[in-house]
Amino acid sequence: MNSKTRQPPDSSRPDTLAIRTRNLHFRWQNQARELAFPDIQLTRGEHLFLHGPSGTGKSTLLGLLAGMHTPSRGSLQLLNQELTTMKAGARDRLRADHMGVIFQQFNLVPYLSAMANALLPCRLSNLRHSRALPSATEAAQHLLTQLGIPQSHWHQGVTRLSIGQQQRVAAARALIGAPEIILADEPTSALDSDNRDRFLELLLTLAERSNSSVVFVSHDQSLAGHFHHRMALEVAP
Amino acid sequence: MNKLKLTIFLSAASLWYRRRVLALVCLTLTLSVTLLLGIQYLRTEIRQSFTSTISGTDLIVGARSGQLNLLLYTVFHIGDATNNIRWSTYQSMTEDSRIDWLIPISLGDSYRGYRVVSTNEQFLAHFRYGNDQPLTLASGDWFSDLFDVVIGAGVARQLDHELNDDLVLSHGGGRTSFSNHKDLPFRVSGILAPTGTPVDQAVYISLEAMEAMHVGWESGVAIPGRTLSADQARNRDYTPDAITAVFVGLDRPILTFQVQRELNQSREEPLSAILPGVALSELWRMMGQFEKALLGISGFVVITSLVGLIAVLLTLQAQRQREIAILRATGASPGLIAGLYSLECVGLALASCLFALLLGAAAIAGLSPWLLEHYGLQIRLRPLAREEWLLLMAVPLSALAVSALPALNTWRAGRQQGFGAQDSS
Repeated sequence: MNSKTRQPPDSSRPDTLAIRTRNLHFRWQNQARELAFPDIQLTRGEHLFLHGPSGTGKSTLLGLLAGMHTPSRGSLQLLNQELTTMKAGARDRLRADHMGVIFQQFNLVPYLSAMANALLPCRLSNLRHSRALPSATEAAQHLLTQLGIPQSHWHQGVTRLSIGQQQRVAAARALIGAPEIILADEPTSALDSDNRDRFLELLLTLAERSNSSVVFVSHDQSLAGHFHHRMALEVAP
Repeated sequence: MNKLKLTIFLSAASLWYRRRVLALVCLTLTLSVTLLLGIQYLRTEIRQSFTSTISGTDLIVGARSGQLNLLLYTVFHIGDATNNIRWSTYQSMTEDSRIDWLIPISLGDSYRGYRVVSTNEQFLAHFRYGNDQPLTLASGDWFSDLFDVVIGAGVARQLDHELNDDLVLSHGGGRTSFSNHKDLPFRVSGILAPTGTPVDQAVYISLEAMEAMHVGWESGVAIPGRTLSADQARNRDYTPDAITAVFVGLDRPILTFQVQRELNQSREEPLSAILPGVALSELWRMMGQFEKALLGISGFVVITSLVGLIAVLLTLQAQRQREIAILRATGASPGLIAGLYSLECVGLALASCLFALLLGAAAIAGLSPWLLEHYGLQIRLRPLAREEWLLLMAVPLSALAVSALPALNTWRAGRQQGFGAQDSS
């Protein structure tokens, strides 16, 4: 197992804080049970490994961090902006500008080519577009090459790609335009172990290059060694 | 602006991706739009064709009756004359200096269901239809001999007549007649070019021939020994006692009302003088209700197809949750997603309109010679009129309106959606 321990970058400056949560709670509609989450403090460039059994609210926490849900209680700051007081539109904007996401599977818009999928964030956010250097297309080409997608597949429909390739195109989409935060929801669970390690290594290396923080959810604890921090979610009492 | 471009880009890609499913919806919509547009188009064309049945004639004068009745039996050959007018009345009209030309017509006989119109060379010279178009002969000449007949294009086509064919006219109207003028057969001297008007559906003989045929028929049937043979007939003078009606052309159309009033108040005999344009539009008003109902029905057909379109889009929506989750997670606002739905709907409607235009144009171009040939209907291919464009534009606009349903649905779901589609439970 590749268990190289990453050294945390300098976290002394408070403006480099990527994520900071305090006393975060969430309640699904029509459910009495309130989910409580441990506090997170993640400096930019640091990676967090979140694990825990099903039903502990891993994906819900990602939903909160992405600004798709609003917490019932507590404080949630992304890049020093308080999300809980923001309007839904502003949270969408923040997500477009500063976040990349990777799902477990079915990560890609089926009717777009690999290239168009990778370029999607640049079309949704001017900031991401301006950060993709030297140009959005070249940045996408560069990322797809680094993630090992053959050039012949760039302009094909994504449904022809293998699962591993699809996940790597999704990684290119998450990484393009150097977002500060990348949220990954069990992106390796559909991959075999070789592919999984290679995918994770590529993702973290490329994320470090753009000083992005990766929040990675998995129940596969063997991956934890790749990350600066790890956090376990437990079944609420 | 970027958002709009992205939305257009995404909806175009999405429509293309789902083209197999959507092709059927598009076909339904195309057919219904073609129907709607076709009915509106034909309505205008038929109205045009109807109102141009007669043109250039300032007045039609006949025995006293209603204007519709007079119009129907003189122009459309429907129904019978209430009475005749005296030849002397016609004579006095020829002396009126305000009148430029007169076409006397006499009705009453038929040829295998087609009306026999007896008239003179003035008919060919002055009768106008459509956009002031004169009558022309497709072959042969206007009648010169007593027993010459000129037949309309429709009659020639239906009965397969050619020049120099002999035909026997029947006494009275109706398709089947037991009393035929079989002693005096007529010879086809000319065939008129198609006009798309009732002119095509009649046969034309001279006023003199009409008189000659009826010598010995005073009691309504032929009395043996009193009728004429063809040779006897040629050597007599036939000035009619009466005619059915007169088409009048005036020197100065401004005098129309003056002449009309004088004729209507004539002391010699009770006459009716009508303005053909006014009578035609009154007739059209009566028939117009029906075509409006037809247009209304085709409007409902379009609405039905749009509802079908929405049903399909709502079904597709269930399959699109993942894609929507990806777009949302990448930062697309629910507004953009809703816009995606609306644009797809409008895009489909626009595509259907385009196909409908092509289909309609092809159908008209392909069918119009056949329609003229077989039904005497003149349908031209012309640019769309303003009302037709408005009607066509109403289709994407209605599509936009009905797309509000799935769009709103998506918008609301988007606001409540979690991180990833698998998370929504």
